[in-house]
Amino acid sequence: MSQTAITFYIWLCLSGVALWFAAYSMLDDNAVSKSLLLPGKTSHGHYQIEMKCSACHTTSMGIKKDACLDCHEAELKLSNDTHAAKKFNDPTNVERLATLDVRECTACHREHVPDQTRKMGLTIPTDYCFHCHQDVQEQRPSHREFAFDSCSTAGCHNYHDNRALYEKFLLQHTQEPDLLDDPQLPLRLLLDRKATSDDPTSRRKDQLVGAPDGEDGEIKIPHDWHGSAHDFAGTTCAACHGEGQSWSDNVSMDSCANCHDRQFESFIRGRHGMRIQAGLSPMVPGAARLPMKQSAAHDQLTCMSCHTAHQYDTRRAAVDACLQCHNDEHSLAYKRSAHYRGWQDEIRGEAAPGTGVSCATCHLPRMVDEKGNTFVEHNQNDNLRPNEKMLREVCMHCHGLGFSIDSLADESLIDRCFQGTPKKHVDSIGMAQRWFEAKQKKKKRP
Amino acid sequence: MKKLWSLRACLPVALMATFLSVLVGCGGGTGGNSEANGKPGIPHKQFADAVHAVMMADRTVYAQHVVDRLKAQESVVKPDEYWHDEDGTIPLPAQMFRMGAELVSENEEAGFSYSLKSKWPLNEQNKANSDLEVAGLDYVTANPEENFYGEEELAGVNYYTAVYADVAVAGACSNCHNSHANRGDDYPEFKTGDVMGGVIIRIPMR
Ligand code: HEC
Repeated sequence: MSQTAITFYIWLCLSGVALWFAAYSMLDDNAVSKSLLLPGKTSHGHYQIEMKCSACHTTSMGIKKDACLDCHEAELKLSNDTHAAKKFNDPTNVERLATLDVRECTACHREHVPDQTRKMGLTIPTDYCFHCHQDVQEQRPSHREFAFDSCSTAGCHNYHDNRALYEKFLLQHTQEPDLLDDPQLPLRLLLDRKATSDDPTSRRKDQLVGAPDGEDGEIKIPHDWHGSAHDFAGTTCAACHGEGQSWSDNVSMDSCANCHDRQFESFIRGRHGMRIQAGLSPMVPGAARLPMKQSAAHDQLTCMSCHTAHQYDTRRAAVDACLQCHNDEHSLAYKRSAHYRGWQDEIRGEAAPGTGVSCATCHLPRMVDEKGNTFVEHNQNDNLRPNEKMLREVCMHCHGLGFSIDSLADESLIDRCFQGTPKKHVDSIGMAQRWFEAKQKKKKRP
Repeated sequence: MKKLWSLRACLPVALMATFLSVLVGCGGGTGGNSEANGKPGIPHKQFADAVHAVMMADRTVYAQHVVDRLKAQESVVKPDEYWHDEDGTIPLPAQMFRMGAELVSENEEAGFSYSLKSKWPLNEQNKANSDLEVAGLDYVTANPEENFYGEEELAGVNYYTAVYADVAVAGACSNCHNSHANRGDDYPEFKTGDVMGGVIIRIPMR
């Protein structure tokens, strides 16, 4: 073979390998080499699903029309979005939109640009309010000394969610004490245990429909299940495991979702479950960017991670489950906080239900829907950013608005998991009060 | 990218239109688009007047048969600007109007847009923006009995724009507006009969 022929064949082989490698990396979601194709480090919000290009991209690597809204629409709707895209459709906005077309999420939130990515995935300078609100200082003289990069960074305003920050709301919550007189969370709708329960320890194994015979579980599993919420609700083994021929020892999350759809749907929208939503394997703490415990590095995050099989102890799910993985300053400080002391009092029965504060109280908040039903939001990211989202959903069940705003603005207090009092003060309430008073005075003058 | 999409979307629509007009032999256009298939459609002015009539009828019915009725019955339910947050409240007529306009703006089939605006808005979103809007509002303020019609170009698109006076028909209009905290320093003292703003209807001319 001539020298040229050899070179040609080597070239052909190498090209073939390169082609295969590129195709494999692009098409196989689990390809280890896929990260080589990433145009830049993915943001905190999306790195878990960065290998699933098709979650956001079209086949030609454009951005899908509803890539963002597919996951974030419900949250935006709930937030009563102050700058919803529909507010800008009027054709006279065209000049404003030429500077920044805020109807597109990507105008402010681009992906794979780590050097430009700020808090909340913002990829434009933080003084963006300037583009439309240049004249704010004329309309609100009180704002004269404020810089435009402080509007949304100082705890005063948010771009999307201002449910707890608008003037009238601030005015309605002046003069509130740091701790309200009757701090109380919404209570979950638990079945009336007394009414449906006989003495669970008196139940016999043969009452457990469909359970397999002769295993260790015969003693342990029914024992765990006895007295659980499933027991009281009449949910027996067969409901999750199937019966007879179709019995399966492994229970998929779909079984849980069959009844707990709201919980499951919100779970897969948050950081705990978003990989499942994208059709990937469940998240493991070892892949997280936040500090996690080494011992939990390889544990897959499913319903069972927090709720365990059979016992379904929500009190475990509310604290211990979190701390089996989370290892950051805020999480580790929790057990030294007054919130935790209150939680212990509650589970010991020394304080009323709904007065203790667990991890779940803030991060998996109890929400009350339009029909007055309480449910637990399982997207633990839902109220995290911007953290003022927590004000109404969480803090204000127990604390005054002013104290809550100040606390959420004090980053070092957050790191200490709220041990102590806020050292920051955001004057929003005072400003709203003075604004309404000034208007009132003007009105009285003839 | 948008352009490309619209080209791609237009192709089947154009094909279908050709097919239909050959097959059926007729195709009366609606809206202001009279050139699409060579058949006369509704003139822009007539279309604007028609949809304005519907808007005002709906607004009147809401005011008379919902808002006033609740009041007459001394119901605890009342219109409130903060209806999102307050129990037992429903949206103000102006908010109903704006929310309807926002829905229409999201509907690609609608083919036109509208708004309730003023030179002195309580909600910044309702501020008269374009020169033609300001001219139109000035005109109907000076001539409340007449409407204003004009054409304008916004970002390369020509629009047929109609402006209709919005008059303080009751004391409640001016009372609420005059005492609202959002009123600017240059806010007029409105009284019954004054033009407070206007309905603006805008039709793209292709
Ligand atoms: C209870 C208070 C209240 C009453 C009564 C009221 N309005 Fe309004 N009006 C508002 C508020 C608040 C807005 C801003 C609505 C929005 O969010 O778009 C508004 C908006 C408007 C606008 C658009 C410009 C602007 O100020 O934002 C016009 C025009 C208007 N109203 C006219 C009227 C007329 C005419 C009446 C009587 C038929 C009336 N209003 C009655 C409170 C009121």
